[in-house]
Amino acid sequence: MAKRSVLGLYIEEDSAADALDHLRDAGFQDHEYEILTGTPYPEGTFGEAEPQHHLYRWPIFGALTGFTISLFYTSITQAAYPILTGGKPVLAIPAMMVILYELTMLGAVIFTIIGIIFESRLPRFFMGAYSEKITEGYIGVTVTTEEDRTDKAEEALKKAGIDGEIIRGWE
Amino acid sequence: MLEHTQLTDKELNDELLRDILTMPKWWLPAVLFLATIVITGYSAFGYMVFNGLGVTGLNRPVFWGFFIANFVFWIGISHAGIMISAILRLTQAEWRRPITRAAEVMTLFSLAAALHTPLFHVGRPWRVFYWIFPYDFSRGIWPNVKSPFVWDPSAVGTYLIASTLFVIVCLIPDLAILRDRAKNKITKFIYAQLCLGFRGTTRQWKLQIIAGILLSALVLPIFVSVHTVVSWDFAVLIGTEGWRSTIFGPYFIIGAVHSGVSAVAMLMALSVWIYGLQNYIKPDHFDAIARLLIVVATTWFFFFFLEWVWAMFTLESPEIALRELQVGPWPWGPLFGIFVITSFVIPVPLWMFRRFRRNAAIMFFTTILVNIGMWLERFLIVIPSLMRRSHLTFDWGSYSPSLIEILIVLETFAFVALGMLLFAKAFPLVPVFDMKEGMRNRHLIKVGRRIIPATIREGLPHHYYNKEHHK
Repeated sequence: MAKRSVLGLYIEEDSAADALDHLRDAGFQDHEYEILTGTPYPEGTFGEAEPQHHLYRWPIFGALTGFTISLFYTSITQAAYPILTGGKPVLAIPAMMVILYELTMLGAVIFTIIGIIFESRLPRFFMGAYSEKITEGYIGVTVTTEEDRTDKAEEALKKAGIDGEIIRGWE
Repeated sequence: MLEHTQLTDKELNDELLRDILTMPKWWLPAVLFLATIVITGYSAFGYMVFNGLGVTGLNRPVFWGFFIANFVFWIGISHAGIMISAILRLTQAEWRRPITRAAEVMTLFSLAAALHTPLFHVGRPWRVFYWIFPYDFSRGIWPNVKSPFVWDPSAVGTYLIASTLFVIVCLIPDLAILRDRAKNKITKFIYAQLCLGFRGTTRQWKLQIIAGILLSALVLPIFVSVHTVVSWDFAVLIGTEGWRSTIFGPYFIIGAVHSGVSAVAMLMALSVWIYGLQNYIKPDHFDAIARLLIVVATTWFFFFFLEWVWAMFTLESPEIALRELQVGPWPWGPLFGIFVITSFVIPVPLWMFRRFRRNAAIMFFTTILVNIGMWLERFLIVIPSLMRRSHLTFDWGSYSPSLIEILIVLETFAFVALGMLLFAKAFPLVPVFDMKEGMRNRHLIKVGRRIIPATIREGLPHHYYNKEHHK
């Protein structure tokens, strides 16, 4: 069944937290509703579930990738065009260290950025139920559920005292 | 930070996005003026490519001149962004909020300006690609990874890519605000695409906060490595007096921090005057950065002193001759005097006084002085050492920049200013969402008979807070 989203806007943090309580009482699961805010709030402000992520794995994987690429780059180029300098080995490890270090860090940063975007569930092509008032300080509680449960969701949102009307959107 | 102007989210949006969504009268003339200097600089570069490096003042034995001194200078300025932004983010210093974005953006344009000059310096910039990328399979010639000229692009390139991505990620929530505020449909569409559909869910904010801290932690080691590698352009060369020094790595880093943080203070003053950000950048902010500058400047001076002590301690006659050249004859002696006076002797004593630290005009003046001095420092490191590089007196020489070099160096300054202006026209220079968070977390509390501002510390993990709902 197609999913729809409904959004209720609140001025006060407590009202938004109440809306989440009402949604839970109405049988909605944690993954069905989200809090939308214009600024970060301390975790748990609205009694919402803690979002789980694996961001910390991304830089490690990126660093390993960067290190591998830089190892190939530095060793293969030296081996392909061997210049003996002062009777020292062709593979000059102290000189390679600079490039190994930089590209390892570059890999870590690039993968971290990809990780942040991926773990943030971005890019999002359809906004669903959304209001521009959110970036003006309103707190939005959005419920994404089957079409036949939207009335129940709207009722729960209204119970907490929404500001204005319910906003509806398609997922 | 005691000084504070409490504003609502709507007021913050209106004030901080005003110059983006409308066109200030001064903007176009300023952009045209700077663009003219940039185009003149590029024309000078075109002339140089057409006629060869003979149009510069570079000649045997001084093959590094204005371009390389300018390169080191801009790399130094670029260190401001990460120094201010990353360290203050990691320590969760409240006063970082209004200045992080501008400092980070200055890093980007300074790095781009820094990359200009060595590219121009080589005369045929496209040949640089042969040095860096292993792509010329037909000729079998590969990059020499033992050379600092491969280390440099890898370090500076890494720093540029990392800083750019850092700025973009931290910009996403503000792009969402711009998407919501834009009136024009095309503008709205562009911002909607750029913000990737950011809505401000709990998950997205959590990752934004972690991103700020994690990326700061990742970029800081890069920041340290970049200027060290730049210093090795000099320090690994055998037989050039004044360059082959073990202290060059940290000396260059602290010099970069000195000029970079000064540039941030200068930018803060300009932001107050040009963009009217007095509600956000208060005398308290100038006070804080000036205190930081005192520490940085004194540490830099200590390293400068040590560099001289260790150079002179050996009592080697070529080294002593070089130092005499740096402080004695015209124009090096007077330039050396200006360098020491402007980068330390005038600013640091002034920063000792609270009323000067809190004065935007004085801070602007002193930090401009620091950067004049720090530019001269790089010039004095590069040129005199090369003038006496050979021990045979008939091979000694001097250097004076040509008009072409002066125009190209001026272009880099105009380029950075133009880049900042164009950026500020499209994106907020003050992180709007960060300011909103700071406003929301700030409360007045009564302690005894005084009412003082208190701030809730942000970014604490979920388990820190009461989780009654989940028990």
